[in-house]
Amino acid sequence: MPKRLSVIDVDRCVGCQSCMFACARRVGEGGLASSCIGVRSHGGMRRGFVVIVCRACADPPCARVCPTDALTPRSGGGVRLRHELCIGCGNCVEACPFGAVFWDRAQSKPQICVYCGYCVRYCPYDVLALEELVPEVADAER
Amino acid sequence: MLKDDPLARVLYVDLSRRKFWVEERRDLFEAYLGGTGVAIRLLEEECPPGADPLGPGNPIILAVGPLAGLFPMASKTVAMFKSPHTGNLGESHCGGRSAIALRMAGYGAMVIRGTSPSPVYLVVEGDSVQFRDGAALWGVRSSYTVGSVLRDLTSGSGLRTIMRIGRAGERRVTYACVITETYRHFGRLGLGAVFGAKLLKAMVISGQRYLPVKERRAYRETYDTIFEAATESPLMRKYHELGTAMNVLPLNEIGALPTRNLREARFEGAEAISGERLAREYLGRRLACAHCPVACIHLAALRIPHPKEPYFYKTSMLGYDHEPIYALGSMLGGSDVQGMFLLLDETEILGLDAMSTGVVLAWATEAQEQGLISHEETGGLTLHWGDYPTYIEAVRRIVAQPNAFYRALARGVEHAASVYGGADFALAFGGNEMPGYHTGPGAHLTYLTGARHSHLDSAGYALDQKMAAEGLPPTPEGMAQALLTEERWRQVLASLGVCFFARGVYTPELVLRALAVAGFEWTTEELNSLGRETLQRKYAFKQREGFEPAALRIPRRILETPSPLDRVDEPFLRQAIARFMKGVAEE
Repeated sequence: MPKRLSVIDVDRCVGCQSCMFACARRVGEGGLASSCIGVRSHGGMRRGFVVIVCRACADPPCARVCPTDALTPRSGGGVRLRHELCIGCGNCVEACPFGAVFWDRAQSKPQICVYCGYCVRYCPYDVLALEELVPEVADAER
Repeated sequence: MLKDDPLARVLYVDLSRRKFWVEERRDLFEAYLGGTGVAIRLLEEECPPGADPLGPGNPIILAVGPLAGLFPMASKTVAMFKSPHTGNLGESHCGGRSAIALRMAGYGAMVIRGTSPSPVYLVVEGDSVQFRDGAALWGVRSSYTVGSVLRDLTSGSGLRTIMRIGRAGERRVTYACVITETYRHFGRLGLGAVFGAKLLKAMVISGQRYLPVKERRAYRETYDTIFEAATESPLMRKYHELGTAMNVLPLNEIGALPTRNLREARFEGAEAISGERLAREYLGRRLACAHCPVACIHLAALRIPHPKEPYFYKTSMLGYDHEPIYALGSMLGGSDVQGMFLLLDETEILGLDAMSTGVVLAWATEAQEQGLISHEETGGLTLHWGDYPTYIEAVRRIVAQPNAFYRALARGVEHAASVYGGADFALAFGGNEMPGYHTGPGAHLTYLTGARHSHLDSAGYALDQKMAAEGLPPTPEGMAQALLTEERWRQVLASLGVCFFARGVYTPELVLRALAVAGFEWTTEELNSLGRETLQRKYAFKQREGFEPAALRIPRRILETPSPLDRVDEPFLRQAIARFMKGVAEE
């Protein structure tokens, strides 16, 4: 069963950004350049936080706008990225309404969550979870 | 240091000429790591002897450490400058996103020179630096508004720090702070006034760099050790749960909570302002500094009714900690929690250091009671213990400075008492107002001998409590030595950029492991020698600028009010100061 990252309760987020650093550390780096998860305040710390993750759409717009099929839908939801096909046009970044397509500035290519769940282990307040994508009957067919 | 680590890059900004450039300073970072160790070297280079703290010759140095952006709880930026409050070494540490943002922008330090010809704010986005017109932001009543406007004017949401001053900094109140991310501060010693004097209203810094590590596996393993200690160890629990406000009740219990300008050290209203009570009735959210899972920042959700309209409330979120609760609560004899929070809110709006503000108000209250200051001087205000509406009006006047009296208060109690008398109960040490512990001679020795005159320099309050608990008799030599050892080690932590709350986690052994990952092959001896040398350099700067340990003023009040370790005794303190200073110089 494919998995996806899920934000269980964003109001519990303290903004520590441990998840962002974990994502970069997964590929063996310090810093934040490679991070595919974003935590920002909701218009100031007073109002709490927004956690930006790839929600693994069933029909991902980022894949639909990819002119080279570098981004293709993953079975069950979400996308896969094949770097060698990517021309760095940035359409995918524009297409995601959540801002969950991050950008690797050095390579000029997108970087997208691979649904590994490494970040979840470093969320101290149970904001994040890795969950199985259960196939649903499409809304249009109900 | 690893070859492609951007740590050694120092961003120089000259506000007078509106120029900036970057210099590689591997010499400094390889020898002194970063943070305090590097900042004092840059201060030596940049600050000429006798510089006017509010003149163009006074630099602002910001420095982060090698562990920032690599390991949790290494979230502190060290600011160094000449303090307009004490006229001597200014050093203040701040968390929030400040350290991560500066490191991710690709710098280990920043040096700000000169004075801008007109109000300005700086925007640093990685390699790009912009000087933007700050005229419209100058004079805005509330620092909260300045933060909101800058949030909309700049990019980098989630990756930026927004450092700004309030009206207090613009008006050069010598204990004005710099606010970052709404709830963290370069609080003490008046960095806000230095910003104000430079016409520097704010700095927005952001970036998203990668940082190299020596060995991936060692990195992950060392990280996990530190992370587990941060989230699971009992060492960090007090910061997780009640936060620093957990100190209020135990300090009151032992008779160490300064009350009504330290006429007493027990406060009948302590329960009302205790961490337990505030958590139960007000705690609305917890926040963390960037890259710190501890989330020690406690926000009170304060429901405030409209003054006229029924069924109309607003909810404000206010950060609280032990120190502001002490300074604006027990020190002012106030147990009206709403009133205390409204006064705290006013200090945030204006950008004042809450600790110094509370001690200034406490002195003024007592001075007025004793007839040292008149109604004419206060402009008709009668300051009463616990009367918050009047205190709020008084802090507005400290910033507005309508007359000589408020101008004096705007320079702190040391100065105010030199004009109006009442030095015996003017609670400042080395010119800096007292923190919230009257635990015994150790606490006061820290205030006197600490290079920043801060309780965090050598934590004498902890030493007092340990000695009281173990029934050990304090001696001047023993205390001086213990405080010296502590302050030296804290130079190491501050050079790494590690939060002092994490001192129990970052043992020398773990520090060496983390440093090795960052490409610094150091030994315990080298760490210790860094601590010793950094403290010596800080003291050399202080002495160059006229600091005389033997001339330190000891406010009589601390000798009169009994502490848990009995009465504090002046000859004891003098002996310990002399011993401490001798120790600083020793190899």
